[in-house]
Amino acid sequence: MSMPFYVSPEQLMKDRADFARKGIARGRSVVAVQYADGILFVSENPSQALHKVSEIYDRIAFAAVGRYNEFENLRIAGVRLADMRGYAYDRRDVTGRGLANAYAQTLGTIFSSGGEKPYEVEIFVAEIGDTAADDQLYRLTYDGQVNDEHGFAVMGGAADVVGAYLKERHTDSAPLADALAVTVAALGHTDSEDRVIPVDDLEVAVLDRTRTQPRKFSRIRPARLEQLLGDRGAAVSAPQEPPVLPASDGGGSDEPPIAP
Amino acid sequence: MGDPRLPAAFLQPGTSSFSDFLAEQAPDLLPGRRAVPQGHSGSHAGDLAPHGTTIVAATFPGGVVMAGDRRATMGNIIAQRDIEKVFPADEFSAVGIAGTAGIAVEMVRLFQTELEHYEKIEGTTLSMDGKANRLAALIRGNLGMAMQGLAVVPLFAGYDLAADQGRIFSYDVTGGRYEETAFHSVGSGSLFARGSLKKLYRDDLDETGCVTAVVQALYDAADDDSATGGPDLTRRIFPIVQVITADGGRRLPDAAVAAIADEVISGRMSRPDGPAAPLTGGDAR
Repeated sequence: MSMPFYVSPEQLMKDRADFARKGIARGRSVVAVQYADGILFVSENPSQALHKVSEIYDRIAFAAVGRYNEFENLRIAGVRLADMRGYAYDRRDVTGRGLANAYAQTLGTIFSSGGEKPYEVEIFVAEIGDTAADDQLYRLTYDGQVNDEHGFAVMGGAADVVGAYLKERHTDSAPLADALAVTVAALGHTDSEDRVIPVDDLEVAVLDRTRTQPRKFSRIRPARLEQLLGDRGAAVSAPQEPPVLPASDGGGSDEPPIAP
Repeated sequence: MGDPRLPAAFLQPGTSSFSDFLAEQAPDLLPGRRAVPQGHSGSHAGDLAPHGTTIVAATFPGGVVMAGDRRATMGNIIAQRDIEKVFPADEFSAVGIAGTAGIAVEMVRLFQTELEHYEKIEGTTLSMDGKANRLAALIRGNLGMAMQGLAVVPLFAGYDLAADQGRIFSYDVTGGRYEETAFHSVGSGSLFARGSLKKLYRDDLDETGCVTAVVQALYDAADDDSATGGPDLTRRIFPIVQVITADGGRRLPDAAVAAIADEVISGRMSRPDGPAAPLTGGDAR
């Protein structure tokens, strides 16, 4: 009869948190900033098909970093929850707070249950109101914690470096072009250099309260980005790091696949 | 909802159809899933609920127009005189409804959610034929109710970005889907509206011309069908007109429809049966 090793709960949780955090830090950052007309999302994402930022409902958007299959599941669940609630009640009854709560409870349960591996994801749930003061931006971590963010928020990759850069330069009521320029510069900033990210490698979307349609989410395509950003000098793609590969247990790599 | 967590079924990869998802998770929310109790013989469920009447659609080079009158009837009673029966389905399509108003409006809401849901999950919109087929599937689900008198017959129109033209689809209660060319009409006044459009429609009409033609057709339908509402001059209630082009769909402002309707009415003051078409000819085509 074998005795199982005793592992203290503190150690168990710490191990799980380290595991999740390691996966999240391997990808690239996603930034959400408030600007004059709503909330802007920017990420360096060379893939045109695998989005990190997407629409959930009229005024609600979702952004995520980490393992693609995990946050894609969460995104689809969010769309289903929002559409079901909007259909059963009314479009106005779908709120970002309700959605953030559902995500938090789900992530929290998975994190603390022994059976499943924790999700290696971090999420933004953003909702715009009629004025900038009513805008809400929630950051949810792998363990189900919810942070209410103001002004700007960064997750994934070298979040602290990008965050520090933004903290010095961000202003809440900047017009779209200015907010975009600062955010893109922040994503290209590291301690050693300032890189100009090519337009085609950027994924940019806004929740724009000035849109006349009820659906306020829109993606900003490369042609429009080019206009907004203007001349920035020679652009350099990021080196081809974090490979997006299917999980191969016991294969050559022990890295789980992470969205770039 | 007692449990604040996302239900496990929501996290399962699976269908990108909202109505299929509802059928599994909350079938009671689907319009066609309710059992209608059998009444005693002679009673007809259709007499209990308001009915929407005439919808007309016509294409023009570069787009399509859909219009509906504003009347809902319940037997001999006018249940509502400013009901809306033409709705945008998504950015490039519109759906108009005839039949049992309550179920029809619910079905339109489901169809709108269906298209938006697909777009959000898949990241791309359905093709025009795909949208038309989804609507057919929703109507098919309502067959049981239709057999008991609660039928819904929509008309679907939209701008097909792949084919660069406006397209119109009609349906029957069994979910049969038929593509129409040039123009079509559904509802109690549809025979008169279609007859009117036969004489007025030309395939080189511009947007305003096409809107005028459908407003004329609705006037003719209201002229001969008691269930179709004509322009209400005292209350200034005029048809709802949805215009869809390559730039997307929009509802014509009430003032614009009123101006066209006033023009139509002033023409009818001198000739109540409307504009006369040439007896022979064919040169206009």
